[in-house]
Amino acid sequence: MSVLLQVTDLGKRFGGFVALEAIHLDVMQGERLGLIGPNGSGKSTLVNCICGTLQNETGTVRFGGAVLDGLTAHQRTRRGLARSFQLPRPFASLSLAENLRIPILYTVNARADGALTGPAIDARCRDLLGQVGLAEKSDRLPRDLTQIEMRKLELARAMAAQPKLLIADEAMAGLSHTEVDEIIALLIRLNAQGVTVIMIEHIMRAVMEFSQRLAVLVAGRKIADGDPKDVVRDPEVVRAYLGE
Amino acid sequence: MRIVPFTLSLLLAAAAVFAFGRWLGNSYAFFAGYVVVQYIVLGTAWNILGGYTGYVNFGITAFFAIGAYSTVVLHKLIPALPLPAMIVVGGVMAGIVGLGTGYLTLRLRGVFFSIATLALAVVVQTLITNWDFVGGARGAYVLRPRIAPLIGGEYMQYLFLIMLGLCVIVLVTARTIQRSALGFGFAAIRDDEAAAEASGVPTLRLKLIATTLSGAFMGMAGAPLPYYVTYLDPASGFSLNYAVNAIAMPLIGGTGSWLGPVVGAVVVGGLQEYLRVTISSAVNVLVAGVLMVVFVIVAPQGIVGLFQRKR
Repeated sequence: MSVLLQVTDLGKRFGGFVALEAIHLDVMQGERLGLIGPNGSGKSTLVNCICGTLQNETGTVRFGGAVLDGLTAHQRTRRGLARSFQLPRPFASLSLAENLRIPILYTVNARADGALTGPAIDARCRDLLGQVGLAEKSDRLPRDLTQIEMRKLELARAMAAQPKLLIADEAMAGLSHTEVDEIIALLIRLNAQGVTVIMIEHIMRAVMEFSQRLAVLVAGRKIADGDPKDVVRDPEVVRAYLGE
Repeated sequence: MRIVPFTLSLLLAAAAVFAFGRWLGNSYAFFAGYVVVQYIVLGTAWNILGGYTGYVNFGITAFFAIGAYSTVVLHKLIPALPLPAMIVVGGVMAGIVGLGTGYLTLRLRGVFFSIATLALAVVVQTLITNWDFVGGARGAYVLRPRIAPLIGGEYMQYLFLIMLGLCVIVLVTARTIQRSALGFGFAAIRDDEAAAEASGVPTLRLKLIATTLSGAFMGMAGAPLPYYVTYLDPASGFSLNYAVNAIAMPLIGGTGSWLGPVVGAVVVGGLQEYLRVTISSAVNVLVAGVLMVVFVIVAPQGIVGLFQRKR
């Protein structure tokens, strides 16, 4: 297996506050990585630095061997990096099918290999909505959706960009037990299709069920990285979550 | 409807309107019609930025007057230049200013962008007021020829025909954008810029396309103005009426589609012209203001939105 995403010595400050310091993280092709950490530990900042929403001040992000530093978010998306947002951010005035049309038009069609046209795009949108169980609602607006449907739309829109790596930022927060199972099944299915997945999550049951490897961020530093069963027993991790 | 049949039907409609005007044989009809069609162009131009991408531009008069004053300059330098060429030059000038404004201001969001565009209008007005070559604060006379070229009859008829042609071009452009990948990108920017970037939309480039196109069309709408008014001074070229109407008409008609500004301009512009001759020439801003408030409260999607409740 080759390294798909390589984060080396990454650092990010907000004024005097050090949000991330000397982060090293390698993600293998086809891997399912869990990323956990207490609130404010820098998980979302790390995602933003990887995806280009924020620019890291030190260190390098490499994706498929190429350096991403300085590229904008949309350029990184076109190279195969997709994300879902912690709070769903649908395009409110567009129907569900049209929501998926945006990444198809601007990501898939911007790549060199084969642009989709009219009917092919429609079919692809229907197919993606079907995969997340929203096929009957394809003409509805996002405001008609329930919380879990909104999360599914968020994931479907990330999948529509046909990414090599998907970062799911707390896709399950606030969902019920069975709804969490649904999302996990969805992400595992996606992974089986060859997409590398980084899952950021607070729900430990979901993290343990999903992850092949687990990394822990605390106060802007990575304090553990390895087999999930070992990591959750790591004394430093236990201290970070439960105190002395 | 595909683009060619749509263009043909618009051309047909424009020809019918012009033929109707000729049949009426009333010069006032051409004066009033010109104003309404000018507002369709101006409102549609505003809507490309304000309605499609959600960036509210208050600096309409800057672009409109750049178009008008570039005609004043050309009229002084090359009086023989045909009007359509002057319109192209006015559009290019205003488009360049639009692009520059976009580069400088598009990092600002929401109301801050709007304030910056308002400042642009003030800056341009100050520059023109102090520029002697175009008459400065005194204003400039642009005498229009007595006879219209090509079609014969009063020159006013020619101005109306030119504005109708411009209207067809602008509407075809606006509708094509709305249904293209560009239109979907604009809508994504309007709804959520961060999500648009994450979906691969090059937001900065698209916003620059929108400011340039919108500015260019506003300039084109303003370019024939000196021939229409025959005396242009900064106070009339930068009149608040243009800005208020260009925003009110799309809002009243509906900002989501190309049809909204058309409906808004015909309803509001027509009403204003009617009231101007029946009640008072000062009542027109009041009409736009009151209607805008009513529509924002009662029908935020505009008149077109009232008929589109399918979802």
